[in-house]
Amino acid sequence: MADDALTLVHLYPDLMNVYGDRGNIIALQRRCAWRGIELEVVPVSLGDRLPTTACDLIFFGGGQDREQEVVSPDFVSSKGAAVRELVEDGTVVLAVCGGYQLLGHTYTTVDGEELAGAGVFDVRSPPGPRRHIGNIVIQAELDGEPRTLVGFENHSGRTYLGSGCQPLGRVLTGSGNNGEDGTEGAVYRNAYGCYMHGSLLPKNPHLADHLIGRALRRRYGSAATLPPLDDTLEERAHQAVVRRAGKLGAVRSGAW
Amino acid sequence: MGARLTAALLTGRVAAEVSRRLGRGGGTVIAGHLVPRIDPAALTKVTGRLPLGSVIVSGTNGKTTTTRLISHLLGQAGLRALHNRAGANLVTGLVTAIVKQADLRGRPRADVGLFEVDEATVPAALLQIRPRAVLLTNLFRDQLDRYGEVHFVAGLWQQAFKTLPSDAALILNADDPLVADLGRERPQPPLYYGIGDPSVGISEPPHASDARLCGRCGTEYSYQIWFYGHLGHWACPACGLARPRPQVEAIGVTLRGDRGTDVRFRTPGGDFAARLALPGLYNVYNALAATACGLQLGLPLDTLRQGLESFTAAFGRLERITVGDRALFLALVKNPVGFTEVLRTVLAEQTTGPQARPETATPGRTLLIAINDHFADGTDVSWLWDVDFEGLQGRVATVVCAGTRAEDMAVRLKYALVPPQQIVIEPDPSRALDRALAVTPLGETLYVLPTYTAMLEVREVLQRAGHVRGFWQD
Repeated sequence: MADDALTLVHLYPDLMNVYGDRGNIIALQRRCAWRGIELEVVPVSLGDRLPTTACDLIFFGGGQDREQEVVSPDFVSSKGAAVRELVEDGTVVLAVCGGYQLLGHTYTTVDGEELAGAGVFDVRSPPGPRRHIGNIVIQAELDGEPRTLVGFENHSGRTYLGSGCQPLGRVLTGSGNNGEDGTEGAVYRNAYGCYMHGSLLPKNPHLADHLIGRALRRRYGSAATLPPLDDTLEERAHQAVVRRAGKLGAVRSGAW
Repeated sequence: MGARLTAALLTGRVAAEVSRRLGRGGGTVIAGHLVPRIDPAALTKVTGRLPLGSVIVSGTNGKTTTTRLISHLLGQAGLRALHNRAGANLVTGLVTAIVKQADLRGRPRADVGLFEVDEATVPAALLQIRPRAVLLTNLFRDQLDRYGEVHFVAGLWQQAFKTLPSDAALILNADDPLVADLGRERPQPPLYYGIGDPSVGISEPPHASDARLCGRCGTEYSYQIWFYGHLGHWACPACGLARPRPQVEAIGVTLRGDRGTDVRFRTPGGDFAARLALPGLYNVYNALAATACGLQLGLPLDTLRQGLESFTAAFGRLERITVGDRALFLALVKNPVGFTEVLRTVLAEQTTGPQARPETATPGRTLLIAINDHFADGTDVSWLWDVDFEGLQGRVATVVCAGTRAEDMAVRLKYALVPPQQIVIEPDPSRALDRALAVTPLGETLYVLPTYTAMLEVREVLQRAGHVRGFWQD
């Protein structure tokens, strides 16, 4: 396995970075390194081109409305089509919050400005009357197995899924996509979008490995496997959030 | 005429006393709820009678220490400050302060009002207290679940300044573009402070910045140097908006690790050098802010120097306590930039400046990190992933993780490559402190880094053991 290498494109790391989503990159890097897989992280920001030939994974994190307004036109005009093609080709994508919204058709800011997205996910995100803030636990299915995912959501946009994608999971505690239909996130081919900060992957090592495994198999064929790691600490943190979310109960709404 | 005010203050005083006797932690806010129901203008009336007016201090990091420091400087000058204590920085806390520090006719027993104000409370505070000066330290992302994004807070402040009298002074951090820019529409030029010594800066951009884009035109700022977070020497290459030249500047800074800092100050009244007991670059900013405020209040340079040198930190923000044969260094952590700076101080090699001593051969430090996710701490712990724990690798012997989010902290450390066998999870603060002290070698220091409510819990444990006083007694 030591010769294996993967390339991750980190979209707008300088602008879409306020909610601690960096932990997802750290988790992917470490979990690859611990298995002798080299993960090269390529930052791609305003004015940059997407390296399409050597792109195994794409990460797109959350940002503030103001940054999202700057990112949206750049993303749609110079990267959106490339990302859509990569996704059709099976590239693995994880997008959280603002990144998730910009991979949909449209996102409308709190101030009412409608921003265009890349249309990877068949979702739209109009603004909501309140902010959804709190711990979130969902029931998802990864490689045919039911698994919980835990995180922290903080968003005013409400996301509604069209028929062209599946939800990532069903909300057990929290609001999820829109606080109405019990869904959270979206999945299309190997692209995953959701509202879950936390950071998401460190406390959900099964999702991290699911993403790495998909990327490996796409690049190196179906024989590529991931040796298991000792996830004692990660599992404790995962279970602690499940308990904490259950104890604190439903989502509370913020004043802003 | 003053009967309503007197009734309000009397009610507040009785409520505070009853609450104190019931042992409710000093009764810091009950009076603050009752008084405005009887006289909604009580805060305005009492602060309006202060001979030297009022100063309001806000910002994400450093407001408690800066306020304490200004109070100390005023004390050095023989002036008495009326100020809110113990981080009670919502309107209720401000009202409680006047109840405690005015007589029943509403005459303050002080010369100057000095109020630490929560970021989101600034608009309400400016309406009720007509300050002579407003001091803003910095604006970092902090508890996104509570305050929202930094531009939201900056917008709140910009709006609130429209209610300020035109002769009110603004004292602003020139190195923070979000704060410095707030002064540009004021009739009077603000008093700016900043760090002018590039030797303590970093030439690499921080991995995450809260103010990457120009507030005026949206272009990415360019920096000559960063001090920490987005504080530095910044300029917009497109529209020309740039760091204003500070009138109060630290022109020479020598960091002496956790033993303090030597600073050379440049002010309109002349230069002076001071040896601060406070460690860390963030406390250089606090000292600069307090110095600028002292100058605005007309204090002489010599008084400022003496006050800066004799000041020790606000409770729990940063304390050294002796526990048996070990020392305990307690520093509050609350957001990515602050936590990263505290770690930098904890790990500082004491090699700079003429007083440098070779680092004693410690195999690794012992840390207790206590992370709670209650409302006052911020309910979202995602920010731990933006703290640079990577520097701990190879330099710690044991890290005990405590608090409601002990497990999150442990995972963060594992991914910062702290070996899992050096990480201990013990959520209970009392047991965590026992375990951490037990593995701290005799004569060494245990570094205790808690979030706000975890800090209160740790202090309570220490207080029960007789190591510190209750905080409302200070």
